[in-house]
Amino acid sequence: MNKPTPAAVPAAFNRDIKTIVNAGLQRRHAAERRFRSYGLIAISLGLLFVVLMFANIIAKGYPAFWQTYVQVPISFDPAVIDPQGIRDPAAIESADYAALVRAGMRRMFPAVEGRTELRALYALVSSDATYELQRRIHQNPALIGSSQEIWLLASATVDTLVKGNIDRTLDETERSVKDNQIGWVDKLQATGKIEKQFNTILFSGGDSREPEQAGIRGALMGSFYTLLITFLLSFPIGVATAVYLEEFAPKNRWTDLIEVNINNLAAVPSIVFGLLGLAVFINFFSLPRSAPLVGGLVLSLMTLPVIIIAGRAALTSVPPSIREAALGMGASKLQMVGHHVLPLAMPGMLTGSIIGMARALGESAPLLMIGMVAFIVDVPKGIMDPATVLPVQIYLWSDLPERAFVERTSAAIMVLLAFMVLMNGLAIILRKRFERRW
Amino acid sequence: MQSFLLLTLILLSIGGYYLGRNRAFAVAGGQIRHLHSLPSFYGSYTALWCGLPALIVFAVWATLQPSVIIDLVVSGMPPELRNLPPDQLNLVVNDLKNLVSGNIVSSTPDAAMLDAANRYHNLQLIGNVSLWVVILTLAIAGAAYAWRAISPSLRARNRVEQVVNLLLILSSTVAIFTTIGIVLSVLFESILFFRKVPITEFLFGTQWSPQTALRADQVGSSGAFGSVPLFAGTLLISGIAMVVAVPIGLMAALFLSEYATPKFRAVAKPALEILAGIPTVVYGFFAALTVAPLIREIGAAMGLHVASESALAAGLVMGIMIIPFVSSLSDDVINAVPQSMRDGSYALGATKSETITRVLLPAALPGIVGSILLAVSRAIGETMIVVMAAGLSANLTANPLEAVTTVTVQIVTLLTGDQEFDSPKTLAAFALGLMLFVVTLILNIIALHVVRKYREQYE
Amino acid sequence: MSTTIIETKSALDTALRPAAEAGKQSSLEVTDYDNRQTVGAITVDHPKMVCRNVNVYYGAKQALRNVGIDIGANQVIAFIGPSGCGKSTFLRCLNRMNDTIVTCRVTGQLKLDDEDIYAPVIDVVQLRARIGMVFQKPNPFPKSIYENVAYGPRIHGMVNTKAELDELVRASLERAGLLKEVDKRMNDPGTSLSGGQQQRLCIARAIAVNPEVILMDEPCSALDPIATAKIEELIDELRENYTIVIVTHSMQQAARVSQRTAYFHLGDLIEVGETDQIFTNPKHKLTEDYITGRFG
Repeated sequence: MNKPTPAAVPAAFNRDIKTIVNAGLQRRHAAERRFRSYGLIAISLGLLFVVLMFANIIAKGYPAFWQTYVQVPISFDPAVIDPQGIRDPAAIESADYAALVRAGMRRMFPAVEGRTELRALYALVSSDATYELQRRIHQNPALIGSSQEIWLLASATVDTLVKGNIDRTLDETERSVKDNQIGWVDKLQATGKIEKQFNTILFSGGDSREPEQAGIRGALMGSFYTLLITFLLSFPIGVATAVYLEEFAPKNRWTDLIEVNINNLAAVPSIVFGLLGLAVFINFFSLPRSAPLVGGLVLSLMTLPVIIIAGRAALTSVPPSIREAALGMGASKLQMVGHHVLPLAMPGMLTGSIIGMARALGESAPLLMIGMVAFIVDVPKGIMDPATVLPVQIYLWSDLPERAFVERTSAAIMVLLAFMVLMNGLAIILRKRFERRW
Repeated sequence: MQSFLLLTLILLSIGGYYLGRNRAFAVAGGQIRHLHSLPSFYGSYTALWCGLPALIVFAVWATLQPSVIIDLVVSGMPPELRNLPPDQLNLVVNDLKNLVSGNIVSSTPDAAMLDAANRYHNLQLIGNVSLWVVILTLAIAGAAYAWRAISPSLRARNRVEQVVNLLLILSSTVAIFTTIGIVLSVLFESILFFRKVPITEFLFGTQWSPQTALRADQVGSSGAFGSVPLFAGTLLISGIAMVVAVPIGLMAALFLSEYATPKFRAVAKPALEILAGIPTVVYGFFAALTVAPLIREIGAAMGLHVASESALAAGLVMGIMIIPFVSSLSDDVINAVPQSMRDGSYALGATKSETITRVLLPAALPGIVGSILLAVSRAIGETMIVVMAAGLSANLTANPLEAVTTVTVQIVTLLTGDQEFDSPKTLAAFALGLMLFVVTLILNIIALHVVRKYREQYE
Repeated sequence: MSTTIIETKSALDTALRPAAEAGKQSSLEVTDYDNRQTVGAITVDHPKMVCRNVNVYYGAKQALRNVGIDIGANQVIAFIGPSGCGKSTFLRCLNRMNDTIVTCRVTGQLKLDDEDIYAPVIDVVQLRARIGMVFQKPNPFPKSIYENVAYGPRIHGMVNTKAELDELVRASLERAGLLKEVDKRMNDPGTSLSGGQQQRLCIARAIAVNPEVILMDEPCSALDPIATAKIEELIDELRENYTIVIVTHSMQQAARVSQRTAYFHLGDLIEVGETDQIFTNPKHKLTEDYITGRFG
């Protein structure tokens, strides 16, 4: 084959593409590298934020898992506890245990004199020390008359000082702990009378104004009851809706409307659900404020769209051949769904529900609206008791200025995040375990 | 008490199931093929007849009983109590309830109150007993009816399926009722609010100080409800958030979908999505206790005055929260651009970044705009971060270093703590909620529409 | 006329498909088919591209074995063969489009004007500017007609003024035979054109960079017969200025537009030759079976 003679080239094409491209290559590759690095920087920034936030919270929060105790020589003086000597339980209950604590403190530092000095000394231990003694006597009345070295809960300032979070170089007037108190604490530390123990109160106590006595048990139980209601309501309704829309509903305006509704509800700000709860459940149906029941109702309305959307996705992933096989065997549509489709879609639905529940667990804004922000000391015992939830407890504590509360807030966040990780982990395991490829 | 009744009802229904099933066996003479449906359907049929009517009556009764009792008690009170204005009457009723449940009451109960409490207690007792009687009768009667109706030709399966179908339909309407509930609850209270405060003042006023005075002679007793500063503050903080989230989220999405190796993507994508799973209260804590002081110190070092609750701190942290939102939505959108577009560009000798900026981004633009709108709506409705890190004072400013307040902050402030229900202060929260709902709804509808149109284009 | 041909062909295709699929598996057992050495003349007098011992792997799977072929300057060469035979894979090696697939590995020698295109010094950006490509489905960018054609010149910095760009865009559209149809609506989106017009727009887009070689991957498979005829005409005209490699499913198309034809079969280059010779007198049994429609 002959090489054909090239036709006359129009001026427009009379360019040497090789040289032209070559000339720009360096610049273009530099731009390429730059762009790529922007992307990498963006990702790194995002990941950096994750790390920073976790590091920040863990650094602030882990000391809260330890709590300072002071060993005080207590003599259970019968003259104070049981002056009449008749062991009347009511009298023993209401005895002046604070006097025993005070006496114990004086025994450790006999040199301290004067009202202000003594008051500062007594302030080293928490007011819970009194109840601690009361509890011990209640459990074992035989203690009356004996003398014992007892580990008493230190006050929050001492705890903070021992953890090194008070700047000793500051002027005395600018710190919450005075020079004489520092001296006593140092002396106690030197003699091993101060010790940090695992902070069980954090997990067993309800809320308190005193940081050293404050715990998250009330909030945890509140969260538990609230989520229980949320799950009991949103899971069946969500699954039923998903099944209806995916398997039974005719495609018409009504179902379109439902779909649009669900999609929009998923994007409505959570606080608006709180307004709904306040206006409908509390003002209209006069349900009690601050109750986990109302919180659960509100959160289930919020979680519903998540569960429905996940449920529909799980249902669509079941291949139609299974449905045809069931119908072909003479099953009714309901039997087909109940016996074949739903069991296959269930892991996906559960995964979606767990993720929805994890979100509900972290939700706080709507619960502020329905009064779950009250200061509640008692641990709730049912769905009608006033309660708060863990995230709201975090919100409440974060407002308090004491360093010891900052610590506990961070610790509460760590507990909350641990639950979130647990739930999401469960969802992932569930998905991996039951994942099917058709 | 009532939960015990509910439990009894469930047990009765279970009993009904077995009764019905056995009856079906009996009428068929042990030959299942004579029956129209499987015996278990006859059981379910009986159980439904036993449980369902009773349950409906129970629900209606339980919701109505408290208010009926209160009405009866109030009408039996002495006239001086009965004719109190509604809000004071509410207090009396509250006292009454506390008295009945044995809690501490605000004042020592007088004879009239004690009398009313007694009546209340008695009525409650009567109500509960009759509830038991009615419910149990209904349940047994229903079961008996169904039991008698069972015959081989009874189409039990169809009946049961009809009921189940009805339940499914009812469930699916919950979403609609929720929307209606939201609209009605905020709209109703908002209308009350706009009766007291003209809507024009609310929409265009630039003064916001909702504290109505306790006494008439107090300074600033009128209370001002101009929402402009709130929306300006909301926009400022959301704007800062978007300035942080959009570039980072978008670039992260582009990197993950166009540059990253599958391995890197498999690790980085979920890691980034952790940010989306962290509760907002945690962000709020981080913003208020770490970021805000940091910004103030940096500002002080540069000689700038930074408010301790600066819009910048709240906005920055909110931006961080929204990063995964933007990135995962953009990722979907970018992946929806067909590979043939990329191929076309690469085949012409374009580099990756040229392909991205000149072909992918323009092609994905509508989708990305949609995602950003969704993110904006998310930022506007975000509550905890701003409640914890933004201020309360309604400044009309564009300076990110000053403190501003937002719509959601005001809703929370107005509705937490003690409140009277029909004061303009409380109602204002609902008006703000209405605005918030409408704005986010519009943003969402536009965004979802844009994204859907965009997807259809490439399907 | 071309309509009838294509309809007949597709009817034939449908009729033969089951047999062909069965044949794919069993054909390997026939002794005559075991000979996978390329037959025919793989060299030409004025090669634009020279390929020798090309192997392509996707992960562990080998997609092409030992392919050697010359691509003559200012010629149209057609690659034919049943689906999955590797003809498209080979085409994508020629401008290194396979680089975008992470698992893909290419060995052997591929030269463009005596330069090894897989050599480390070669920049794919430059290479792809010199070797244009048109895809199976028209893929205009979501931009205006004008911007679609101007895209290449812009990214490569080929023009300095708007007037130059205008001229280049118009000349490219003219060459792609599209100018008359779109002259009045240069700013309409490229996607507003019909399928055939879109494909010619893509050709114009490729031409605008002034490449030396144009690769076409089944450019007419998504088009109706009339649009196909136009594109085929266009290919014939473009041969004057460019070297063209076309992958096609349609033997009739190969016969109409190409001077040389290469037949691929399951990763092997079976036969290369003048198009007339391949279609009238194939040397390899596999080629003959394919041409006569025993499988496809």
